[in-house]
Amino acid sequence: MTRVVITGAGCITPIGQDVASFSENLFAGRTGIREMQNRPADLHFSRTATVEDFQQQEWLTASQRQIAERSSSFAIAAARQAVQQSALVAAYPADSIAIIFGCSTGGRTTEDQESEKLYTRGGRIHPLTVPRVMASAGTSLVSMEHSITGPAFTITTACASGTHAIGLAFQMVRSGAVNAALTGAHEAPLTYMFLKAWDSIHVVSPTACRPFAGDRDGMTLAEGAAIFAIESLASAQSRGAEILAEIVGFGMSSDAHHITQPNPAGPAAAMQRALDDANASPSEVGYINAHGTGTEANDRVEAEAIHRVFGERARTLAISSTKGLHGHAMGASGAMELLATVMAFRRNLLPANAGFAETGSQVDPTLKLDHILLQNEPASPSLALSSSFAFGGLNAVLAVRPFAA
Amino acid sequence: MNQVAEECIALIAKQKSIPPEQIRLDSTFDELAVDSLDRVSLAFDIEEKFEIEIPEQKLGQIKTVNDMVIGIEEAVRQKTAAPKPNK
Repeated sequence: MTRVVITGAGCITPIGQDVASFSENLFAGRTGIREMQNRPADLHFSRTATVEDFQQQEWLTASQRQIAERSSSFAIAAARQAVQQSALVAAYPADSIAIIFGCSTGGRTTEDQESEKLYTRGGRIHPLTVPRVMASAGTSLVSMEHSITGPAFTITTACASGTHAIGLAFQMVRSGAVNAALTGAHEAPLTYMFLKAWDSIHVVSPTACRPFAGDRDGMTLAEGAAIFAIESLASAQSRGAEILAEIVGFGMSSDAHHITQPNPAGPAAAMQRALDDANASPSEVGYINAHGTGTEANDRVEAEAIHRVFGERARTLAISSTKGLHGHAMGASGAMELLATVMAFRRNLLPANAGFAETGSQVDPTLKLDHILLQNEPASPSLALSSSFAFGGLNAVLAVRPFAA
Repeated sequence: MNQVAEECIALIAKQKSIPPEQIRLDSTFDELAVDSLDRVSLAFDIEEKFEIEIPEQKLGQIKTVNDMVIGIEEAVRQKTAAPKPNK
């Protein structure tokens, strides 16, 4: 069977706008979660993780700037980094490269602005509103920039969008449907409307996002993008491309349970299917980059799912959620977390589950996960999982290995 | 060149990311690669700027920069001539 490897990566995130900065800040524990500037007074929380000082002028051409709103702009910038690192576009026929991105919130910065104008003052809507708002605009704009003519589409599965996108791209390269793919996710949802909508669900942390803590009190909303270039191992090697990691399995499931409440059966099934797809046993897994949102329900259910798949080993398995640093960027989170996992392989260092210091928190003992990484930990796992579990019970898990030539 | 013409050229230059010096009054939209999406975007910007409405039918007839200038001037005249609402 065709082996699939990552040969390029790019990102625009709250903890770095290129892979080197992301990695440096990830392992230095420098958080991207900050007090909001111009915080609306009627929110119950005060922090978000935003991409500070994003230089749209530098990343986008004048014609791209006319169409691309913030989310698509992140996609363009992150994809260009991945293309440059991998030299993927020059290596394959344009119609044999796929673009599969995740994006769950579309062009909210434009949509909210135009809606506010229309509903409060009346009048006309800008004619570029439709192309700016459509969630697939990022995919289209990236395909246009690089003249990629293969299968191209956008997946929306809420907070699992990015992981679903990468998994599907992996399957398409593995099956030979395409030679290569650009895949990942992008989101820029942090409008007043979006913040208020999340506030009303009462799952956003009024303090610090601290996944798996006994006193955890919610997630922190974020934005950003991470995009990968993937291709078959054989062709990557034959053209001398640098291989960052190997994707070996992908598992999906649906809870068929509740529109917001998670259920352990679904996440457990997705993890098991990712392992089965990788022809691997649970005992081979040395690290899980967990979905770990920091909400009471997610972390409890995710822990239960890990116990179901790993049995007694769940207690000693190295686990962290990196959302305490980059926040929860909705569909883009899974892509950022795969990047964190790849960086862990590259550095032989597992990233800490950040967010505990400020509140002096302890790991929730009822989760029975005794190896939540409270500090970076030197390790060279041969297999890792990166999990995303979305509202509505849509689950996606990637299994990845470091690449050893 | 009058002010409306200068405004039109500035808007087209911005829309197409070309220097205004390259745009003449007799430049056609085809020459300037102004496509249908550019056309509606330009119309929107003009309507906002001059607080006018260019009729849909008229919009389709605009083929050159000069057509655009004339269309705006006509719309501005009509707006000025229109009776003021009673208050």
